[in-house]
Amino acid sequence: MIGNQFLILAAALFSLGVYGLLVRRNIVLILLSVELMLNAVNINLITFESMLNTPEALGQVFAIFVITVAAAEVGIGLAIVLLIFRNRRSANVDELNLMRW
Amino acid sequence: MSLQSWIAEPVNWVFLVIGLLVLLCGVRVVTSKNVVHAALYLVGALAGSAGLFLLLSAEFVAWVLVLVYIGAVIVLFLFGIMITRAPTGVDEGLDADKKAWAGLLSLALFVALAWGSISAFADDPVATTGNPTATEILGEGLLGRFVIPFEIVGFVLLAALIGGITVARRDETPLEEEERMSA
Repeated sequence: MIGNQFLILAAALFSLGVYGLLVRRNIVLILLSVELMLNAVNINLITFESMLNTPEALGQVFAIFVITVAAAEVGIGLAIVLLIFRNRRSANVDELNLMRW
Repeated sequence: MSLQSWIAEPVNWVFLVIGLLVLLCGVRVVTSKNVVHAALYLVGALAGSAGLFLLLSAEFVAWVLVLVYIGAVIVLFLFGIMITRAPTGVDEGLDADKKAWAGLLSLALFVALAWGSISAFADDPVATTGNPTATEILGEGLLGRFVIPFEIVGFVLLAALIGGITVARRDETPLEEEERMSA
C-alpha cells in the first residue's frame, strides 16, 4: 500500500464535506458535513503516522485529540442548534439572518 | 508504481472495497434528501474509516472512532434531528439552489489536494500491515509527553459539557418562577 491512496481518499472525503457545508440548509446536516471533514483529517493523520512510523505514534495521539475535540464540538453545536430552534422554530440557516446585513 | 503491481497486492483489494464504501456513504451524506438517512450514511462512512485505520495498523484509534463516533456522536445527531423536528421523511428543501458553484469549488479543492499529495509523496509506502501499534505506546505518549494537551482536552470536554447544558437549558418564565416561589 502506498500512502497516496489514503491521502487522496481523505482529500475526496474532505471535498465532499466542503460541498455539503456549502449546499446544505439544515443546521444539523451542516454539522454532519463538518464531521465528514474532521474524519478526513483523521485519516490523513493516521496515514502520515503510518508513513513516518514515529516511535511515539504521534499521528495517532493527535487523531485521538481531534476525535475528542470533535465530540465536544458536536455537543456544544447541537446545544446551540437546540436553542436556535427553540427561539426561531426553524433549523434552516437561510432564515437565521438576524446578524446579517 | 504501476497499476498492475498495485492491484497484485491483496490488501489493496480490501482498500478498494472499504474506500468505495466510504466514498459512496460520504456522497450520500451530502446528497440524501432524508435527514435521518444522512446521519445513518455517516455511520457507514465512519465505519469504513475505522476499517481504513485497521489497515493502517492503528487498532486503538479505530475502536475509539467506533465507540465515540458511531456510539455517541451519531446518537447525539439523531437526538438533535428528532428534537428540531426536521421532517424525518423526504424533504426537497434541504439543499440550497445553486449547487453548481459549490460542486465546482469542492472539485477544485479535491484536485488541488490530490495534486499536492501526489507531487509530494509519489510512491511513499505506508508501514506494512500486520504489526499493530501497541496501545501501551499510545498510553505512554498521552500520559507522558502529551500529558498537558491531554489534560487540556479533558478540560475542553468538561467545559463543552457544562456549556452545552447551560446553553440548552430552558430558562424559567416569570410565571414559573412565581409558582416556584409560592410553592
